[in-house]
Amino acid sequence: MAANEYPRIFQLGESAITVEFGDSISETLNDRAVSLAERFDRAPFPGFIESVPAYASTTVFYDPVAVRRAFPDFNAAGDAVKVLIDSAIAGLDRRETKTAKPIEIPVDFSAECGLDLEALAVRSSLKVTDVISIFTARIYRVYMIGFLPGFAYMGEVDERIASPRKETPRTLVPNGSIGIAGRQTGIYSLDSPGGWQIIGRTDVSMFRPEDEEPCFLKAGDHVQFVPAS
Amino acid sequence: MSIIVTKPGILTTVQDLGRTGFRRFGIGPGGAMDRTAARLINILLGNDENAAVLEMHFPAAEITFESECIFAVGGASFTPFLDGVEIDNWRANEAQAGSSLKFVDKISGNRSYLAVAGGFTVKEWLGSSSTNLAARSGGHRGRRLELGDRLAIGDSPNEISSRPRWISPAMIPRYSRFPTVRITRGAEYASLTAEGKDVLATAKFTITGDSDRMGFRLKGDVISLIEPQEMLSSAVNFGTIQLLPSGQMVVLMADHQTTGGYPRVGHVVECDLPVLAQLGPGDSVAFEIIDHLDAEKLYIENERNIGVFRAGITVGR
Repeated sequence: MAANEYPRIFQLGESAITVEFGDSISETLNDRAVSLAERFDRAPFPGFIESVPAYASTTVFYDPVAVRRAFPDFNAAGDAVKVLIDSAIAGLDRRETKTAKPIEIPVDFSAECGLDLEALAVRSSLKVTDVISIFTARIYRVYMIGFLPGFAYMGEVDERIASPRKETPRTLVPNGSIGIAGRQTGIYSLDSPGGWQIIGRTDVSMFRPEDEEPCFLKAGDHVQFVPAS
Repeated sequence: MSIIVTKPGILTTVQDLGRTGFRRFGIGPGGAMDRTAARLINILLGNDENAAVLEMHFPAAEITFESECIFAVGGASFTPFLDGVEIDNWRANEAQAGSSLKFVDKISGNRSYLAVAGGFTVKEWLGSSSTNLAARSGGHRGRRLELGDRLAIGDSPNEISSRPRWISPAMIPRYSRFPTVRITRGAEYASLTAEGKDVLATAKFTITGDSDRMGFRLKGDVISLIEPQEMLSSAVNFGTIQLLPSGQMVVLMADHQTTGGYPRVGHVVECDLPVLAQLGPGDSVAFEIIDHLDAEKLYIENERNIGVFRAGITVGR
């Protein structure tokens, strides 16, 4: 197959269009995805519903009837939105990357919270304390929120502690658990089934349904884990 | 004005047309599976089409009206009985204080909707009355209805003595247990083998038993990619058809997760989603592939038809 040309723009049904900026996990691609989403949130077009940044893509949801009404010269609502996306992408390149302060998240790495920590250390031929210091040495970027309300997909963890998902997922991973899957790390935002290797737990709740901003993290944020004292 | 649940039914939830603006936080739209049914019966009663309704599965709920109330049932045919007398779907009915409504037999479809003039009143969560079971939020206390739950009814612009009204059969989705549903091609459609494309366009797929409001798992001939693909997760949509590594497909439904990482072979055309949403385990579906431009025309035409119906109801009042 021919290599994909990026950005790649396609319909996701009649009321959404996805832009893929690439097919790898990188801060640069994620920056573009987050910036494009923010651009539409800040300056929505008529019929715009919402935008969703992911690892290396942005999806724009819209109301085809409202878009048709606002842009009658186009053959289809999808064509109008594609043109809007194209011009928004063209405006992205000069944007400077934000350097916000990382958000500190305290983690309890005790055995009752870090359910898989010991096994992960053994598999990696490391001491538990080494795994903790390797894990907390990095600042992680939130690439996207998905899977559960407020579940942040972050990366990338040091290769030495990268770990595949569990062969049999747990039926219940406690809310606040911090897991590793491959070179990704994430924080469970609810009690949920899940297959990530659990290395610790935080008291900071990622999902706060009663709040106006119900989720603690968003794509583009940076996170620093610190051992809870 | 209120109703009380005298039997909760197997899965009864408060739903509207969904919650927008929070997908980027992992909170999907949710909402009624058969949005057309919910919209039509709301419009019939003079409600905002987004008013909260009850979505019921079979065995359905039994409820008692605690005040006079105009109501309508639509979607699946579960043989509704009001005070022992059978009533029809898609009609406005009048209940008295103390009237009871129950559903005695499943004739067709899997999700029946109950709307009341004025709509059910629950505390909105993030701008919507829909129940998000995964987040345990929205709807009635973030959960399915239980015995003894009381739901308030909003003020209705309708007069209680208004003449009976019904929905023209032409407006009602063409429900079937074995429908052909129109789809558009997804981003990875081009990566299917020629044989896989042929299977997608011609085979029948059975809805399996582990299908629910999150997604319908399909069982049928295996569909293959030309070469395996590693994909990054990105946003998905109600109606997105994903190809699993097993070669079987899953169609994402109202409570789908906001992101997914499986190849997208297609998307169910939105005005055909209600027909799909009424299927249950053992039913089967075939797909007809159409171009995006035609799908958008269908979308706009469907909205126009619903708009004409709405205008007719408003004028008739």
